[in-house]
Amino acid sequence: MTFLISLLNSMPGATAQGLAWGIMAIGVYITYKILDIADLTVDGSIGTGAAVCVLLTINGVPVWIAMLCAVLAGLLAGLVTGLLHTACGIPAILSGILTQLALYSVNLRIMGWGTDTGKSNLPVSVDKYHLLVSARYVRSAALNNPLIPLAIFVALVIALLYWFFGTELGCSLRATGANGNMARAQGINTNRCKVLGLMVSNGLVALSGALLAQYQGFSDVNMGRGAIVIGLAAVIIGEVLFSKVFRNFALKLLACAIGAVIYYVVIQVVLRLGLSTDDLKLLTALVVAVFLAVPYWKGRYFAKKVMPAQKGGQANA
Amino acid sequence: MLDVKNICKTFNPGTVNEKTALRGVSLHLDDGDFVTVIGGNGAGKSTLLNAVAGVWPVDAGSISIGGTDVTHLPEHKRAKHIGRVFQDPMMGTAATMQIEENMALAARRGRRRTLRAGITKDERDHYRELLKILDLGLEDRLTSKVGLLSGGQRQALTLLMATLQKPQLLLLDEHTAALDPKTAAKVLDATERIVQKDRLTTLMITHNMKDAIVHGNRLIMMYEGNVALDISGEDKKKLTVEQLLAKFGQATGSDEADDKLLLG
Repeated sequence: MTFLISLLNSMPGATAQGLAWGIMAIGVYITYKILDIADLTVDGSIGTGAAVCVLLTINGVPVWIAMLCAVLAGLLAGLVTGLLHTACGIPAILSGILTQLALYSVNLRIMGWGTDTGKSNLPVSVDKYHLLVSARYVRSAALNNPLIPLAIFVALVIALLYWFFGTELGCSLRATGANGNMARAQGINTNRCKVLGLMVSNGLVALSGALLAQYQGFSDVNMGRGAIVIGLAAVIIGEVLFSKVFRNFALKLLACAIGAVIYYVVIQVVLRLGLSTDDLKLLTALVVAVFLAVPYWKGRYFAKKVMPAQKGGQANA
Repeated sequence: MLDVKNICKTFNPGTVNEKTALRGVSLHLDDGDFVTVIGGNGAGKSTLLNAVAGVWPVDAGSISIGGTDVTHLPEHKRAKHIGRVFQDPMMGTAATMQIEENMALAARRGRRRTLRAGITKDERDHYRELLKILDLGLEDRLTSKVGLLSGGQRQALTLLMATLQKPQLLLLDEHTAALDPKTAAKVLDATERIVQKDRLTTLMITHNMKDAIVHGNRLIMMYEGNVALDISGEDKKKLTVEQLLAKFGQATGSDEADDKLLLG
């Protein structure tokens, strides 16, 4: 009984964390699902968003503007990865890793702004500053409950992306990910679309980082470690559970956010069942690996008879 | 309309896989020319089309379309002038997008893509009418994902997309080769109709000599990275497969045409 009560008590917190990470998962969805790029920049850009937001807030900048700057920093991180990939010809996955690594130093420097060295941690207290969300009020039944602004943010992000991916520009982004050859033949600058997609994605991830930092009351240089895997887990959980019922694009994005919430709820359950927090990342990686492997195994061992290869020379001949 | 001058292309230069695919090809197409291109495997047909489309830069020579020098323009910029249908039915459409979305993308070829709606209601009605002409039942499936269509349907759709905005030049790269004979005939039929209707300047590669003879007002045969035969006007109208093979043998001093070309 005490177990159930403590579990129930932890649910608002898990949901809040899940919603904040949900925005990050939606960012991952854009690169991973729409652009077909696994972008590892996010491990760094989530911390960048957090660092920028906290630094500006404790220096007296209104939290809204601080968050806007966090998003801009995320856009910039995405731009760097995009240019490494398209202008420098570096494979997408490596471009992301390079930016992520560089961001580690950048994040230390941001948090250590005004001092000679970097800082690995920067606290921001809800007592001193007007924060939008804080874990302190997560179980309060008032308007300052962080679940409300977080849910509004998720809804806004989904609405904005739903509109964007219906525009001419958004459609060209989708075409770039779906079939680059076709996109170029239709006059779409696929490189520019990739850069734009990476920017939007990392902007969202930074927003998620800014919200998370306020929620937990600090930004930390290590908060993004393994973020891509958590994002992927959320995307995959959402897809596995809702792909049959959610056909609409907005609902697919919603599925990512719900996937993130479910992820954090499940984490709470296994933690309370006795799993050590030290083993969490191992568990997450295992779950994601299995879910990624299952469709492959299905295709490989349960496939229908394949068509014989078509006549013709090399793919580009 | 199209002016190709002395273009050369070598793939993987300096490696064991080095392959010279184009050896100084020159070709001029007049406005409204419908040219069929034949040749054995590795003769350079597809390479020629890809060079014109700008899939990669050529090593030497120049290409201009409608008086505009496009030699140094990237693929997506040349797309403004060019409609393309590929050999692989998977290549010309986005499988995970709807039929109408694919068409809307094609309708904006060569235009700036803005934050306006990706597809409007008027467009939808227009696309439905266009799809009716194909007679494949696609007009009732505007919101179906293209991935659900058959290879023939996808090629027909790609053809429609390539000509949705009248292109200055239409490039067809063995676009019926991957289809079964009946479907291939249907798609080829649609091609002929569309090309005639808009008097499109067209380059069509085919592996079928009969098709190459029946369609178009001019026929070129490629051999070892160059144009070996160029037949047009009355000669083209009276041409038979046997004559074509004989001419090819004379022009190149090779008899490989017989089996290689006929077998495609």
